[in-house]
Amino acid sequence: MKKTYKIEVDCANCANKMEDAAKKTAGVKDATVNFMTLKMAVEFEEGADPKAVMQDVLKNCKKVEDDCEIYL
Amino acid sequence: MNKKQKKVLIRIIVSAACILVLKLLPIDGYLKFALYMIPYLTIGYDILIKAGKGIWNRQVFDENFLMAVATVGAILLGDYTEGVAVMLFYQIGELFQSYAVGKSRRNISELMDIRPDYANIEGEDGQLEQVDPDEVAVGSIIVVQPGEKVPIDGVILEGKTTLNTSALTGESAPYDAGVGDEIISGCINMSGVLKILTTKEFGESTVSKILDLVENASSKKSRSENFISKFAKYYTPAVCYGAVALAILPPVVRMLFLGLSPEWSDWILRALTFLVISCPCALVISIPLSFFAGIGGASNAGVLVKGSNYLETLSQTKYVVFDKTGTMTQGVFEVSGVHHSVMDTEKLLEYAALAECHSSHPISKSLQKAYGKPVDQSRVTDVEEIGGNGVVAKVDGHAVAAGNEKLMQRLGVEVMSCHSVGTVVHMAVDGVYAGHILISDLIKPHAKDAILALKAAGIKKTVMLTGDRANVADQVAAQLGIDEVYSELLPGDKVEKVEKLLREKEEKDKLAFVGDGINDAPVLSRADIGIAMGAMGSDAAIEAADIVLMDDDPVKIAKAIKISRKCIRIVYENIYFAIGIKAICLVLGALGIANMWAAIFADVGVMVIAVLNAIRALNVKRL
Repeated sequence: MKKTYKIEVDCANCANKMEDAAKKTAGVKDATVNFMTLKMAVEFEEGADPKAVMQDVLKNCKKVEDDCEIYL
Repeated sequence: MNKKQKKVLIRIIVSAACILVLKLLPIDGYLKFALYMIPYLTIGYDILIKAGKGIWNRQVFDENFLMAVATVGAILLGDYTEGVAVMLFYQIGELFQSYAVGKSRRNISELMDIRPDYANIEGEDGQLEQVDPDEVAVGSIIVVQPGEKVPIDGVILEGKTTLNTSALTGESAPYDAGVGDEIISGCINMSGVLKILTTKEFGESTVSKILDLVENASSKKSRSENFISKFAKYYTPAVCYGAVALAILPPVVRMLFLGLSPEWSDWILRALTFLVISCPCALVISIPLSFFAGIGGASNAGVLVKGSNYLETLSQTKYVVFDKTGTMTQGVFEVSGVHHSVMDTEKLLEYAALAECHSSHPISKSLQKAYGKPVDQSRVTDVEEIGGNGVVAKVDGHAVAAGNEKLMQRLGVEVMSCHSVGTVVHMAVDGVYAGHILISDLIKPHAKDAILALKAAGIKKTVMLTGDRANVADQVAAQLGIDEVYSELLPGDKVEKVEKLLREKEEKDKLAFVGDGINDAPVLSRADIGIAMGAMGSDAAIEAADIVLMDDDPVKIAKAIKISRKCIRIVYENIYFAIGIKAICLVLGALGIANMWAAIFADVGVMVIAVLNAIRALNVKRL
């Protein structure tokens, strides 16, 4: 399953870091962050609960870049 | 500017003014330190806080940390002005970047602003009511007033107008539409009031499809983008370790082996210069921004690109393979000539149209169209269709025969054979040969220009694949100047031919296939890059292709290639420029030639220039 979320982040490198952090989160198969459109596309693993996974994604992203937001 | 940006701007002005005043004051010692802390903390407090949080989260190599270390280091060494200035310029750079990115984000979304905000539904009392396009069911009647966007695909029930499709196709020539015509959402109604019967839901309409495509475009990243994010990952730590080594090793070597004084502060200052240069911002922002601007500029020209990777591949295209029907030709059969007519051309067409009036064959339709007037069927009697040959009928009492050579032979009429390529309808009136009508698929008006433009753009070979007969294909190819033709191919054969071409070419040269999206989806996906054209209204084409040309003008192929090349050139300019300047500054910094100010240029100046350069990709008008 694939879902797209709106995000808020200030710098391009931070967006790359968020992408990395999201990719490493359990339950996430693949993730891309598009800094220009401020969107994060997340592909979930089979059977993962997107809501719970996205909470972890947000937590991990906050770790690498404090000043970011994902609108869930 | 938004609120956040304004706040930063005020902080920049305050601390810049503050530092200028301090420069003039004759102060020293702790007082100087304390006073310089005012502009430093004004401009840098958030960076320091973020750096602290970064350390807490074990994210050491982020730019906040680097800036904090570099400026705190400079201040500890007594270079107060440099310390504050680095922070100041870093913030100016960040502000500029967020402003520029925000602005181009807005510019590009304005270019792609085809989303209709509402649809008008006529109430029972004749009053118009504005509703959300999402809520309009299929089969509803909507009203579009002059100046409004058509919100949903449909058919015109009432009204006549001129439509502006430039938002969809990039083509500013308006076209006329009237009752019964299909109408595509996203066009702007220029003159008359239209009543439209919707044939699709908003979500399935052309506008939604296009918006969806464009908004998701850059999630497919190009090789250059991936290279840069990888590079950034290693670059920053590498430079930081380099800085540590630069701060420690040379003084130690001087002290232990050369017997010189270690000059700690000099080397530490050089190391701090390193840290300022280590921020990968210029690169990381300018590459995706270039692609984004390129994709935005392209869509403004009616070329939709589904991802920056496709823009990259398109720029390396050296072989272009075309489908014939619908791509280089119009795909509609039209009367292209009347030869050897013994009567008025008009009269002959009239006879032909009347004789064929009961047939629904495409040939008959094109005859009716060429005749152009309503057909009075009462003038036609005794119609006899002769399968595989043609029609014999009585029109106004005259015996008219319209058909192929076999029909003429059957009637014992001698034919004049036709040298042109196409379908020939021979005519006999009252048993006498009356001439023939040539019906053929017309070559698109710009097809020849398109091939010339491709050649001028350095395309090595153009190839045409078609299921049509060899003589038709050869003639079209010769007329257009296409290098190679393969005719009488089944859809499967086309894939095979493309695969063969793919094997024969060099690895770095890419092959593009251009089709109209109708039954060539397998070929579109097999080629290095699939270009579908004439996509207005055709979902299949939008799905199957990597690049979609909104209108069916083949000249756009060369334009798309040029747009992609410009964009990629800008990307490379930025990569070489940013890495080059940073490398030079690193070397000069290590040698002690470049000071903190040069480092600030390498960081902020390069970013500003790279961002401005990236925005150039948006301008594709004159390509």
